[in-house]
Amino acid sequence: MCPQADEPVEIAAVRPRRVKKGKVTVVGVLGELLITVGALVLLFLGWQLWWNDMLMASSQSSAASEISQDWIDQDTAAPKPVPTVDPVEPSAVPVAVDYGSPVVAAAPSNATAFAVLYVPRFGAEYHRSIAEGTGHDVLNSNRLGIGHYAGTQMPGEIGNFAVAAHRSAFGGAMHLINELQLGDAIYVQTADGYYTYRYRDTEYVAPSQVQVLASVPNNPDNTAVDRIITLTSCNPLYSTAERIIAYGVLESWQPLSAGAPAELAPIIAAQG
Amino acid sequence: MYAALWRVLPGPLWVRIILAVILVVAVLAMLATWVYPWIDGILNSQEATVGGS
Repeated sequence: MCPQADEPVEIAAVRPRRVKKGKVTVVGVLGELLITVGALVLLFLGWQLWWNDMLMASSQSSAASEISQDWIDQDTAAPKPVPTVDPVEPSAVPVAVDYGSPVVAAAPSNATAFAVLYVPRFGAEYHRSIAEGTGHDVLNSNRLGIGHYAGTQMPGEIGNFAVAAHRSAFGGAMHLINELQLGDAIYVQTADGYYTYRYRDTEYVAPSQVQVLASVPNNPDNTAVDRIITLTSCNPLYSTAERIIAYGVLESWQPLSAGAPAELAPIIAAQG
Repeated sequence: MYAALWRVLPGPLWVRIILAVILVVAVLAMLATWVYPWIDGILNSQEATVGGS
């Protein structure tokens, strides 16, 4: 309602006393504090999802290239015995060498890195260490990043080599897991050799669905015949409501002394 | 609060601006180095495993 023009209003008495310029009031301080807290929460999200994520990604990446290079150097210095290969008759045409059954290492102790993951679809620069266990000491580490579910199989073993990593924040090792396409290479390098898996399919499950880790995923009662890799992460991006599960099947194996697979070789060489 | 802080800063305007920027950067650096990692450890907001960990 508007005061009528002719209605005498004692404005001076009604108007609240003006706060003296610059005077500190309880409401003023409270308001400023609330605004500050709001800004700090937003800053935290920016820090977690962008700044710290970037720092951790880069330190995880360099730690991974370090151990990868160490394995290669060690193998060059003292090559591991290559498993017996079926004698192949000399042929004029070069054939793909068969290195026999993949070497399967024993699972190391918790939080020990034993493999490096390369997924060209995630970028030529992409490499991350895989360590034993899926606790925060592995997934949230600025040195590791990918965790191997304890009790699942090892690289190259018949069954399911299952690993987990963050989708966002903490280096986001599985940030692009949804970009995988049929037949994409998933390379796992260990101190023994290179395991080439081919991406097959993805499914979305509830966080409680541990059957995806079975040696035959989703069929815990069946006996494994395939060598599967299972990547698990969060879904949707920036949420933990679901899990995204990507499966691959082992295509081939070769010892370190044989050199990296053709697609992987330039990536390994570039990591220096 | 911030107005009072501003008045506490000494010197001419450009000195005050520089001091204010230094203060803001110092606070941000402290947050990024100690406070946020600590909160991050408490929250553990980003689970990526099936079956919990």
